[in-house]
Amino acid sequence: MNESAATERAVIEPAATAPVVSAAHDAADGTASPKPRGDTFWHRGGRLALGLILPLALVIGWEFAVRTGLAQGRLMPPPSRIAATLHDLAASGDLWMHVQATLVRVALGFAFGALAGIAAGALTGALPTARHILDPTLQALRAVPSLAWVPLFILWLGILETPKVTLIAVGVFFPVYIGVAGAIASVDRKLIEVGRIFRLSKLQLARRILLPAVLPATLTALRTGLGLGFLFVVAAELMGASEGLGYLLIDGQQFSKADQILAAIIAFAILGKLADAVLVAVTRPLTRWQDTARETL
Amino acid sequence: MLTLDSLSKTYSDGTRALERIDLAVPQGEIVALIGGSGCGKTTLLRLVAGLDRASEGRIVLDGERIAEPHPGVGLVFQEPRLLPWLDVADNVGFGLGHLPRAERKARITHALDMVGLAEHAGRWPRELSGGQQQRVSIARAFVANPRVLLLDEPFSALDAFTRKDLHGHLLALWQETKPTILIVTHDVGEAVALADRAVVMRPKPGRLDDAIPLALARPRDPASPHSEAATRRILAALDRSLKPAQAAAPTEAAQWW
Ligand SMILES: Nc1ncnc2c1ncn2[C@@H]1O[C@H](COP(=O)(O)OP(=O)(O)OP(=O)(O)O)[C@@H](O)[C@H]1O
Ligand SMILES: [Mg+2]
Repeated sequence: MNESAATERAVIEPAATAPVVSAAHDAADGTASPKPRGDTFWHRGGRLALGLILPLALVIGWEFAVRTGLAQGRLMPPPSRIAATLHDLAASGDLWMHVQATLVRVALGFAFGALAGIAAGALTGALPTARHILDPTLQALRAVPSLAWVPLFILWLGILETPKVTLIAVGVFFPVYIGVAGAIASVDRKLIEVGRIFRLSKLQLARRILLPAVLPATLTALRTGLGLGFLFVVAAELMGASEGLGYLLIDGQQFSKADQILAAIIAFAILGKLADAVLVAVTRPLTRWQDTARETL
Repeated sequence: MLTLDSLSKTYSDGTRALERIDLAVPQGEIVALIGGSGCGKTTLLRLVAGLDRASEGRIVLDGERIAEPHPGVGLVFQEPRLLPWLDVADNVGFGLGHLPRAERKARITHALDMVGLAEHAGRWPRELSGGQQQRVSIARAFVANPRVLLLDEPFSALDAFTRKDLHGHLLALWQETKPTILIVTHDVGEAVALADRAVVMRPKPGRLDDAIPLALARPRDPASPHSEAATRRILAALDRSLKPAQAAAPTEAAQWW
C-alpha cells in the first residue's frame, strides 16, 4: 500500500508538477504603479456640500420663521441676531479674550492630563507589578463621575485657575491612561520576537517596536482626551469664572441673553472642531503607514 | 558547522515537544525538516534561533553555544512579520542599525534586487501581496549575512507558482554566501527542489526518524526521474514515521499534513 499511495500523492502535489510560469508572474507584479488618489477634489467638495444641506436648511428655515412672525425670537433668536452678537463680541475684542481664556485652560489641562495619562499608561503597560499596584485604584477613581470632584477641588484649591485646570486634567487623564495601557498590553508578541531575533536591547525594543506599535491607539486616546477637555472646561467655567466662553454661557443665562449663549455655543463648536483638526493634522504623518479608514472620521 | 547535541524540550505544561535530537549540519548544507503536525519542527527552529531555551542538550554553532538570539543565526517566520510602520527598504534593513548608512543602503538595495522587489523599496508592507511580503522577510533575514538561516514553512501560505518562484529567489540568495539552511516544510516537492538532505521527524515526543540524502545536481527539474525517486523515498519515510504512532487510524496517514 505504501508505494502506490506514495506515488499517487507525489502526482497530486502541485509544486512537483507545476509548469514554469514564474516569468509571467514576475512581470505581472513588477509593473505595480504608484498609488492613485482615490478621492478627487470634486468628490470631497461634493461630500462637504451634502453635509451642509441640513444645517443650512435649519438656519434659513428658522430665520424665515422668525421674520414672518411664525415663531418667537426671544428664547431662540434668529441666526442673523446670533451672527450680529458674535460680530459685536469679536469687534469689541471680548470674544478673543474669552476664547483665549478657555483655550489656555484646555491646553494646560490637556497637557497635564495627557502627560500623566501617558506616563501612568506606559508604566502599568510595561511593568506588571506597577499594573497590579496602580490599576485597581485608578479604575476605582475612574468610576467617580469627574464632576463630583468639583466641590472638593474648590475646597482644596480655591476658585481661581488651579481647580479648573485640575478638573480638566482629571477628565483628560482617564481616557488617555486607558488607551495607552490597553495599547501596550495588546502589542503583537510576534513583532516583539522580530526585535529579539535582531537582538535589540530593551531600550531599542521600546523605541523601534513598542513606541510605533502603540502610537495609533495613543493618538486616538489623545483625541478622546481633547474632546473631554472641552467638555470639562465648560463645567469648570460654569463653577465660577470672570472670563472664558463658559462665563459667556452663565452670563447669558443670568441676563436672559439667548443670543449670547448661542454665540458661545457656536464658538465652542468651532474651537473644539479646530483643536481636533489641528491634533489630527499634526499627528497624521506619524500614522501614515496605517491601513485604516481614518480619512472618513 | 551547526550541531544539535541530544537536544530536548519539554514545555512548562509537560508537553514533550522534542526528545534527544542529534543533528550535525556542515556549513552550507540545506536541510529540509519534514514531519506531521505537532512533531516539534517549529520548536526545534525556535531553540536554534535562541527564542526559547532547551530543557536539555546543547546547540553549538562553530564551537559557540547558542542559548539566545545569535548574530550568526537568522529566522524567517511562517508569516512575513513585517513592521507595518516601516517601508519595504527599512524593513529589510531592520537588523542593520549598526552599519554605516551607505553600506546599509547598498546591502538593502542588493537584497531587494535579489528578491525582485527593487522597485517596491518605498512602499508600505500593506501594499504588497503575500508572496511579496514573504520575499521582503527573506531579504530581511539574508541581508544580515547569517551563517545559519532558519525558515519555518515560509511558503506554505502561497500558491504553487509563487512558491516555485520563491524557491528560485531563495537558492539565488543562498548561492551568494552559502549559509547553512534549515527549512521546515510540509511540501515534499519543496524539500526535493531545495534540500541536500531531508530529515523526517516523528511526533510524540518529537524525534528525528530518518534522513534522506538528496544528492541531485542544481538546478533541479521536479519532473526528472531522480526527483521523482527522491520524492517517493521521502513519502515512504514519512509513512513509516507515522505508522507506529497512528496504527489505529490508517486513514490519517493519507493526510499527514
Ligand atoms: N508554547 C507552548 N507551550 C506548550 N506546548 C507547546 C507550545 N508550543 C508548542 N507546543 C507543543 O509542542 C508540540 C510541538 O509543537 P510545534 O509547534 O513545534 O509543532 P510543529 O511540528 O511545528 O507543527 P506544525 O507542523 O503544525 O507547525 C505540539 O504538541 C505543541 O502542542
Ligand atoms: Mg510549526
